[in-house]
Amino acid sequence: MAGRSGVGGPRYPAWLALPGAAWYALFFLGPLGIMAVFSVSRREGYTDVVYDFSLENFRYLWDPLYGDVFLRTFGLATFGTAATLLVGFPFAYYLARYARRKTLLLLLVIVPFWTSFLIRTYSWLIILSPDFVLFRFLRDIGVTGEDFSLIYTREAIYIGVVYNYLPLMVLPLYAALERMDWTLVDAAQDLGDRPLTAFRRVTLPLVLPGLIVGCLLVFIPLTGEYLIPVILGGDLTVFAGNLIAQQFLTARDWPFGAAIAMVVIGAMTVMILAFTRLAAREEQYGG
Amino acid sequence: MGRRLLGGWAVLVYVFLYAPIAVVVVFAFNGGRQVLNWEGFSTKWFGEALRDPTITEPFRNSLIIASGNAVAAAALGTLLALALPRMPRLLRTPLDALVYMTLVTPEIVFGISALIFFVQIGIPLGMKTVLVSHVVFNASVVALIVRARFVGMGQSLEEASYDLGAGPVSTFRQVTLPRLAPAILAGSLLAFTFSFDDFITSFFVSGAGTTTLPIRIFSALRFGVSPVINATAVMILGLTVAAIVLAYLVLRRTDQARRRAAVVPGL
Repeated sequence: MAGRSGVGGPRYPAWLALPGAAWYALFFLGPLGIMAVFSVSRREGYTDVVYDFSLENFRYLWDPLYGDVFLRTFGLATFGTAATLLVGFPFAYYLARYARRKTLLLLLVIVPFWTSFLIRTYSWLIILSPDFVLFRFLRDIGVTGEDFSLIYTREAIYIGVVYNYLPLMVLPLYAALERMDWTLVDAAQDLGDRPLTAFRRVTLPLVLPGLIVGCLLVFIPLTGEYLIPVILGGDLTVFAGNLIAQQFLTARDWPFGAAIAMVVIGAMTVMILAFTRLAAREEQYGG
Repeated sequence: MGRRLLGGWAVLVYVFLYAPIAVVVVFAFNGGRQVLNWEGFSTKWFGEALRDPTITEPFRNSLIIASGNAVAAAALGTLLALALPRMPRLLRTPLDALVYMTLVTPEIVFGISALIFFVQIGIPLGMKTVLVSHVVFNASVVALIVRARFVGMGQSLEEASYDLGAGPVSTFRQVTLPRLAPAILAGSLLAFTFSFDDFITSFFVSGAGTTTLPIRIFSALRFGVSPVINATAVMILGLTVAAIVLAYLVLRRTDQARRRAAVVPGL
């Protein structure tokens, strides 16, 4: 029996994957493939695309104007990762170590995350409005000036980013902290470590893999973020995702938009590969 | 001390997570025409929204697309989940990578690529193209959920079924499907909500003639938030939260049933 449960055991035939694989090939790889072809093509006239092989579109990207866009995107992703970590770590720590009814509390983190991104984001337009109780109160007690408003600002985008990406940081952090053996921390403290030292020497190394996963889950999708700057930033601040959309919706330079998209996908692929290498090494030597 | 401080922080985080939802819900019941000018409790905006054909038609479109997507994603995802675990490595690794890629590719990139693709091969944009594109990443959602359950429950019953002479089809129908049904149902409910809520992909591949509910809300935002939009949003939230809670209950009930069944040796 034991021999049967190995690789050679009974199985569902591999061809069952065919419909799914065909769907991916046609409607996922097909589109990405055409996008790749477009990125090395040329635009002619207003919207015509001439198939060609030239790296002209990528050369455009060296323009400092676009360099700024990528730097800004990197800044947004870095900020979002750091901020969700700062907010999410103490939260996940409490949930994992002290909270009762953990399953329910965790579900309460997931539920908003699975409801409409669009609705939860536009709601900040109400909350941040100068006429809403929050800023009316701050104005009345003199914290903010008379014509202070966060609507369509960089700060509003930052708030929206922390809000929307927080669960992606909390879930892997929680998973790592949940597996912690807290008696190790107690032991370290009994042996003379101060709480902070015990945290640094015992807790942190043990939850590091979860922390890294959380950072990647936030950082990687943020490099392609599009909707938050459009809704909360009034489409005034341009990040990589917005630049791609602009090329297709307004500038009508499809090949150039395709080139930017390729750069974003390329950067993400490098990050994911680096992470899987890191994770593999962690498994080999760590823990 | 530290514990209480952390507890307070956790409360603040929950307030942060739920404030936007609470605000939309509360202001959907505002009787006034101005979103922020509270003029008494009223449900009139819900009636207004349900009488407005520029909202009900997108609503109908979204329901059709999300339902079709749930069925197609459940079928494709389940088949992938059954085939993947025992596939030869050479096939499994790239297919596995594809499943994850469809989930991590930024929607803005996928949406635009799909738009170009449909335009280039001459498929007219509309409900069908939205549906087809949604199934791409939702099949992956179902595949991941169903596979986790399929691998987790062990294969000894399937082996017994094969040993007793059943083929793959009857083994699937009589052994695997009943045990996987909750995971498939939960996966397709999630696929439903992801499709129903999707904005970016739909926005690019729907073309000029088709509007889904999120697209309708987005275009209304250009003129600012209005009570009708809040009422519409509340109906969407209600529908998706119901689907999510249902998915959760289905998965939890079978977990408990399994734990009880585990008393019987060998199961």
